Amino acid sequence: MADDTTPPSTITRERYPPGDLAIWIFILAELAVFAVFFAAYAYTRMNHVELFNSYQENLDRGSAFINTLALITSSYFVVRAVAAIRDNDHRHCVGWLLAALGMGALFLIVKSTEFAHHLGQGITLSTNTFYMFYLSLTFFHFMHVIMGMVILAAVAWKASQGEYSHSQHTGVETGASYWHMVDLVWLILFPLVYVMR
Amino acid sequence: MQYKSQAVAMPYFIAAIILFVAQILFGLIMGLQYVIGDFLFPEIPFNVARMVHTNTLIVWLLFGFMGAAYYLVPEEAETELFSPWLAKLMFWIFFLAAGATVAGYLLVPYATLAELTGNELFPTMGREFLEQPTITKIGIVIVALAFLFNVGMTVLKGRKTVVNLVLLIGLLGLAVFFLFAFYVPDNLVLDKFFWWWVVHLWVEGVWELILGAILAFVLIKVTGVDREVIEKWLYVIIAMALITGIIGTGHHFFWIGAPEYWQWWGSIFSALEPLPFFMMTVFAFNMVNRRRRNHPNRVATLWALGTAVMAFLGAGVWGFLHTLSPVNYYTHGTQLTAAHGHMAFYGAYVMIVLTIISYAMPLLRGRTAANSNKSQVLEMWSFWLMTIAMVFITLFLTGAGILQVYLQRVSETPQPFLVVQDQIHLFYWLREVAGVVFLIGLICYIASFFVGNKDPEHTLEVSNTTT
Repeated sequence: MADDTTPPSTITRERYPPGDLAIWIFILAELAVFAVFFAAYAYTRMNHVELFNSYQENLDRGSAFINTLALITSSYFVVRAVAAIRDNDHRHCVGWLLAALGMGALFLIVKSTEFAHHLGQGITLSTNTFYMFYLSLTFFHFMHVIMGMVILAAVAWKASQGEYSHSQHTGVETGASYWHMVDLVWLILFPLVYVMR
Repeated sequence: MQYKSQAVAMPYFIAAIILFVAQILFGLIMGLQYVIGDFLFPEIPFNVARMVHTNTLIVWLLFGFMGAAYYLVPEEAETELFSPWLAKLMFWIFFLAAGATVAGYLLVPYATLAELTGNELFPTMGREFLEQPTITKIGIVIVALAFLFNVGMTVLKGRKTVVNLVLLIGLLGLAVFFLFAFYVPDNLVLDKFFWWWVVHLWVEGVWELILGAILAFVLIKVTGVDREVIEKWLYVIIAMALITGIIGTGHHFFWIGAPEYWQWWGSIFSALEPLPFFMMTVFAFNMVNRRRRNHPNRVATLWALGTAVMAFLGAGVWGFLHTLSPVNYYTHGTQLTAAHGHMAFYGAYVMIVLTIISYAMPLLRGRTAANSNKSQVLEMWSFWLMTIAMVFITLFLTGAGILQVYLQRVSETPQPFLVVQDQIHLFYWLREVAGVVFLIGLICYIASFFVGNKDPEHTLEVSNTTT
């Protein structure tokens, strides 16, 4: 619950970038890895447009759309968690973080069924170049969702122990920044791999 | 030195330097054999000289890492070492085994050494860099286990710091991945595939953790910057090193018969391997600029900064030169690889071991903080001589490599390997000259331990003016 004696939350909103500077260096490095991967995808697609177009048809765009909604919603929940802790509201901060974790779990379940479907069809990294990129990119992102969930879970645990407050919540912002990066990468990956042709 | 048991690091550092000298002498012999083919033949054939050159390097770096751990773990954990006598015992076992192995390489033909050491019972010999007889390999595992036990128990009973944690994970990984040296499948593809799990996952994986931890420790000591700031950098650097380095193993799988997707995985991830090295350079200079004191051991700071810069150039830039599979298609196994190997090993691992020796040795020898000015100046000379010599060795080998790639693989009339080698002789002579300069640097380095020992040292100046 919000504490009535809390000073206005605008004071802490002025710090930029939010969270720990180290996470921003890490985020930039991670984005660099994905950027190189996306560039390699684009370059290869350019040379094999027909192959990419025809195998794209086999992807489950419905599941990917559900996952896009799940991640966008989770990012919204994370924003609410940061807003809650800026208002010194521990209980809601933890609640929103758990909700975000739930959305992350939904993403993992949907994506896992997709992977299971492809593996069931005998598709591997060696099937063709399109599947090599599809499986590599989505699996690499999948691992980042898990990583992001571990970070959010750690932040939620610390928040439940009362380790963050209105004036000291760098950890929440740090975890939130990383999670938004995971979301952002999916927002590029989804149209690039599933939709664009 | 804050804890008595840190003294066990001293013999490890001395053994490291002795083997360093042996490594350089055999490097010079081999460098000469490049241009005078029958030099010292048949006493020391090229393949033996090469084996001694690379094996002594690896073993002296291991001595250095162990010495570093025995020195810094107790200080970080704020407690005495769990068992100093075990550390001493393991030192002698390791030193005698290393000496006996090198003597075996030099005194009897390799096949006889294999026979004498019972290789046929458990064959592991004959693979590049892992040429050691099986009994030596078993010895290494025993020493590594005892070492990990000793260091691990020390960490457990004392203060847990990020530096100790990262160092311990690195050392644990070093021991675990060495176990693949015992796995020698008959299938040549699998054999090469898992061979890289030792070679690559050491130098581009877990060793980077050890490097990062030692560098962080020395920077905490010489700059006085808050531990929290340095630890945060360490986390980011090792996370990036692992993300890019582990999958980056793929850049060795391009042409050995592994699936095609490794062309992409290997190229993409290893292309980003320079990132953590770049961060390390920014980190080291940033910390020194924000220093809260001017540590009197100036030469240790010089080594630390040198490590960051040279590791970035040698491992990062020179590695990137030939890591993309379309480029590597032409450059694979040429002198470009040798150029990269030389500067990467020197910049990352030789220099980090010399950094910790430079920081710790004066303290181990009873000084309060640093050597005398005279000794430090001589050590700085050795720093510049060795580093500049290594830059030139790398540049000459790069020149040789580019020419080799062109004449042997790119030109419209490709020439055979040995014909091309004849045409790049000049580069090999220049490399040998640079090697002699490196040896002079090494002599200065060793001499620095013996000069100015009676001169006074500077007192620690604390300055709060720099931020």
